[in-house]
Amino acid sequence: MTTTLPTATPSRAGGRLFDWRLLLGVLGVAVLLVVSLFTGQFDIFGDPDGARMFAITRIPRTLALVLAGAAMSMCGLVMQLLTQNRFVEPTTTGTTEWAGLGLLGVMVLFPGASIAARMGGAVLAAFIGTFVFFLFLRRVSLKSSLIVPIVGIMFGAVVGSVSTFIALQTDMLQSLGIWFAGSFTSVMRGQYEALWIVAVVVVAVFLVADRFTVAGLGKEVATNVGLNYDRVIMLGTGLIAIATGVVTVVVGNLPFLGLIVPNIVSMFRGDDLRSNLPWVCLLGIAIVTVCDLVGRTIIAPFEVPVSLILGVVGAIVFIALLLRQRRHG
Amino acid sequence: MITLTNVRKSYGDEVTIGPVDLQIPTGGITALVGPNGAGKSTLLTMIGRLMGMDQGAIEIAGFDVASTASKDLAKIVSILRQENHFITRLTVRQLVGFGRFPYSKGRLTQHCEDTISKAIDFLELTDLEHRYLDQLSGGQRQRAYVAMVLCQETDHVLLDEPLNNLDMKHSVQMMRHLKRAATELGRTIIVVLHDINFAGQYADHICAVKDGRVVEFGTPAVIMTDEVLTRVFDTDVQVIDGPNGALAVYY
Amino acid sequence: MAEATIARPAAERRTPPARRRTSGALPTPRARRRYWIVLAILIVLATGFAFGLLAWDNPLPVGSDGFWRIAQMRATSVLVMAIVAVCQATATVSFQTATNNRIITPSIMGFESLYIAIQTSAIYFLGVTGLVALTGLPQFVLQVAVMVGLSLLLYGWLLSGRYGNLQIMLLIGIIIGGGLGSISTFMQRLLTPSDFDVLTARLFGSVSNADPDYFPVAIPLCVVASVALWLRSRRLNVLTLGREATINLGLNHKSEIMKVLFLVSLLMATSTALVGPMTFLGFLVATLAYQFAGSADHRHIFPVAVLTGFVVLAGAYFIMKNVFYAQGVVSIIIELVGGSVFLFVILRKGRL
Repeated sequence: MTTTLPTATPSRAGGRLFDWRLLLGVLGVAVLLVVSLFTGQFDIFGDPDGARMFAITRIPRTLALVLAGAAMSMCGLVMQLLTQNRFVEPTTTGTTEWAGLGLLGVMVLFPGASIAARMGGAVLAAFIGTFVFFLFLRRVSLKSSLIVPIVGIMFGAVVGSVSTFIALQTDMLQSLGIWFAGSFTSVMRGQYEALWIVAVVVVAVFLVADRFTVAGLGKEVATNVGLNYDRVIMLGTGLIAIATGVVTVVVGNLPFLGLIVPNIVSMFRGDDLRSNLPWVCLLGIAIVTVCDLVGRTIIAPFEVPVSLILGVVGAIVFIALLLRQRRHG
Repeated sequence: MITLTNVRKSYGDEVTIGPVDLQIPTGGITALVGPNGAGKSTLLTMIGRLMGMDQGAIEIAGFDVASTASKDLAKIVSILRQENHFITRLTVRQLVGFGRFPYSKGRLTQHCEDTISKAIDFLELTDLEHRYLDQLSGGQRQRAYVAMVLCQETDHVLLDEPLNNLDMKHSVQMMRHLKRAATELGRTIIVVLHDINFAGQYADHICAVKDGRVVEFGTPAVIMTDEVLTRVFDTDVQVIDGPNGALAVYY
Repeated sequence: MAEATIARPAAERRTPPARRRTSGALPTPRARRRYWIVLAILIVLATGFAFGLLAWDNPLPVGSDGFWRIAQMRATSVLVMAIVAVCQATATVSFQTATNNRIITPSIMGFESLYIAIQTSAIYFLGVTGLVALTGLPQFVLQVAVMVGLSLLLYGWLLSGRYGNLQIMLLIGIIIGGGLGSISTFMQRLLTPSDFDVLTARLFGSVSNADPDYFPVAIPLCVVASVALWLRSRRLNVLTLGREATINLGLNHKSEIMKVLFLVSLLMATSTALVGPMTFLGFLVATLAYQFAGSADHRHIFPVAVLTGFVVLAGAYFIMKNVFYAQGVVSIIIELVGGSVFLFVILRKGRL
């Protein structure tokens, strides 16, 4: 059960990468995005400022949904490839908590820090945390793949308690909760542009996903096929850290997204990595968009942060996946 | 005597064991052999009640495995699996002492201590008895596990691939210990073996399992033939006369 | 059948060792001596800190009436520490044994998230008066009952049946905790800052959260459950060998696990409802106790763990109160130390 993960079969990939089903998927997501563009309290058609507001808030918000959704689900996929474990993603390995700690550290040390500096702190901390966790995974032999998320969540709890301690000492506890809760409410022109960085992550994953699969099989296997193992691990960790760090600073925490998306895709489409990649992107975008739409409408004119909905929905899907695995031994 | 009647077990979508009907006679060593994934270990774990069956019945010395209380079965049959990793650090003697649990419930009597000493001596671990398991070599550790199940003083002992990860010398040593346990202590030993030649040399009965069914059962003389082995293992096997008995050659 | 005695092979016979051969958990006199010395040191430290907490900075002379009156007031918090130490230490050691995993703590199984969710929703829906509504003996009993009841449901559902799987149960417990956590976080961010400040005190474990009115329920629960676990020590020893060896030795693995987890949930619920979340205290204490005890026998581990728990708690309070004048952050300091020990342990571990 540990090693039944997406495997790359390039021979079939070329033919199946673009077919009518994918077009349908793209179309579906496009519809969702259009709905997202036209959902909100501000009347963009009636009000004379409509067009301007549309450009300032709606378009950036929708773009942010696309970027964050795609990046975080790709990020989960990379982690799962590298560890050959289905239950790994930024929330279950402490990466998110590390990013939060980095963000908090910058905020405490340099209260007026620019958004770039905050991202730098978050990315750096996320990198360190992820690297430590991977190091740990390489050193231990595991009896069960389920131990990994258990230890990872404990690991995250430790880091989280450090953040809480710092926040409590500096009277930022409630703001901490607000930063970490993923929400697209405050996304607008001039504040979200940094998210474009994560587009690089998505493209990079498209290009090198196969290498992550090989690296996930272990240092010996990777070296045997002529792959520089350490470099691939560094690259993977770097991509994960950039995506998690940037998304945490701009949007906040998007729990379980990286876990449920690749799992659902491989449940429906099998484990063909290459042809699954666009689907992982699409489904990630779709889930974030739907959660955001729900958050925007259920208690309108107020908003429920997307992280709350994702946290609850993601937990339910995660549990369903676990119960499924249980039945299949 | 161990009797399996119409035993079936299916797990996953494709793997199915049985129906198996089998009688394992009392005394001696019975070896379960067969290709990978044939269901040898599954059969053994079902006999040892570590895994339930979907259908059928297993009796050990007249006791039905499914309905007899587990604590009573622990005095009739003991089972050792391949993978043994403990979260605590135990010495050889402490580990072997656990074999007395069915009798003592953890309160060791002098009789228990004597039995423990004998089991340790029997497997030539006397000098190592206060060593921790993680300080032992693979062969020594495997002997300690076997000492634990022998110390349980059950008439029936089930061992799942006890030669796994052992080199030639330790494999031979282990089989000699088991043979002595069967002859000197009168235990009935059922053992899953990978190497047909070990089975041919040391076992009194060989049970060949293939695709979840028992396809052959008999003495080594009956099983160790070109025709039977070729059929069981799906590969050309030639049996030749070695210096110490029949040898299967398959390469 | 049991009379098939094991004969010693004549050829392999060695000179029998001079001393009597025994299999105790402390095989050598040195190990025995070490254990008793450790226990003695812990007892001395525990009494020292307890006396220190009662008497230090007490303006009146030792033995006078006024001294005792002040000491009596402080005795409440010492008693709370003792209860928490017993609960957390016994529960964590037993939980780690039952789950066959030494890097886990029962507190992440949702007890604390549930507690936080209860506290947060009380203040969210009812305001500060909501927290008042949560104080009182019946409410305490209710909170314990809810926590124990829900965890029993979880164990019962996930451990029974054909596909019962301990690890999946653990993970699902943790995830449910996480889901509850995100709901709490959402409610917290909608609170006014002043309400939030009131809540904050409840979000961190603190001895001062405990109300002596709860003792008539908390103490018996704690004593009964921990004594029951202590009496099961020998069975717990067998459980450390894992499922298959446990069944081989004639124990019903599933029902043993269920009983242990039930007792653990009683202890955890009592401790959490009494003082609030203490996520890594149990982990810290259990990890230290294994090192200190140098024995795999639970009859040796439990006393060491409980004493270590008390020394850690009382020591931290004593030092923070009298040296750093910052007793409000004690639990957070313990969490940080426990968390660091956790990181250290997982990086040193070779196998899980």
